[in-house]
Amino acid sequence: MFTLILQIALGIMAVSTLLYVIRVIKGPTVPDRVVALDAIGINLIAITALVSILLKTSAFLDIILLLGILSFIGTIAFSKFLEKGEIIENDRNC
Amino acid sequence: MNGNEISEFITVFLMLIGSIISVISAVGIIRFPDVYTRSHAATKSSTLAVLLTLVGAFLYFFITESLVSVRLILGIVFVFLTSPVAGHLIIRAAYRSNVKLADSTVEDELKDALHQKD
Repeated sequence: MFTLILQIALGIMAVSTLLYVIRVIKGPTVPDRVVALDAIGINLIAITALVSILLKTSAFLDIILLLGILSFIGTIAFSKFLEKGEIIENDRNC
Repeated sequence: MNGNEISEFITVFLMLIGSIISVISAVGIIRFPDVYTRSHAATKSSTLAVLLTLVGAFLYFFITESLVSVRLILGIVFVFLTSPVAGHLIIRAAYRSNVKLADSTVEDELKDALHQKD
């Protein structure tokens, strides 16, 4: 029963990731796609937690932290690129 | 009903609620008309979904293996802090790069404020 409900929850997560992928593919502007990709990264964290409970191991728990940090940095870099045209600015008098 | 069953019940409940909230957020991101309302759906409810799932995982490992996973606590705090910030930044970049609002938008106060400053 426990495993069955966890697998159902994993299936629901997969459905929601699929809906995000639809938005990534057909989103009319670039910020739409970035928002959907950020949500996919957040969703992947939850999927990792579910899988680590299903496999009854605590070895995947730092993947959760790593995915959170990477998704945050990716979104920040994209938004800086969209706003200013470059990610790391080199001029000193700003 | 021993401790193991209670922990399984709590874990399953939190995980199921989290995944249902995640699919509600995905439906929101499909159906809303422009990028601002879409990010409203994506940022808030998917953050809540992942927080519920991580709390479920933390309680499971805490009750069954009596393992206090500091990495999970750090992950919860980090996601809770950074996901709204990421949503704010990407929406700010979207507004500055002139993404159109939906047609049903009534009022745009930020536009008035920006042009008043010039």
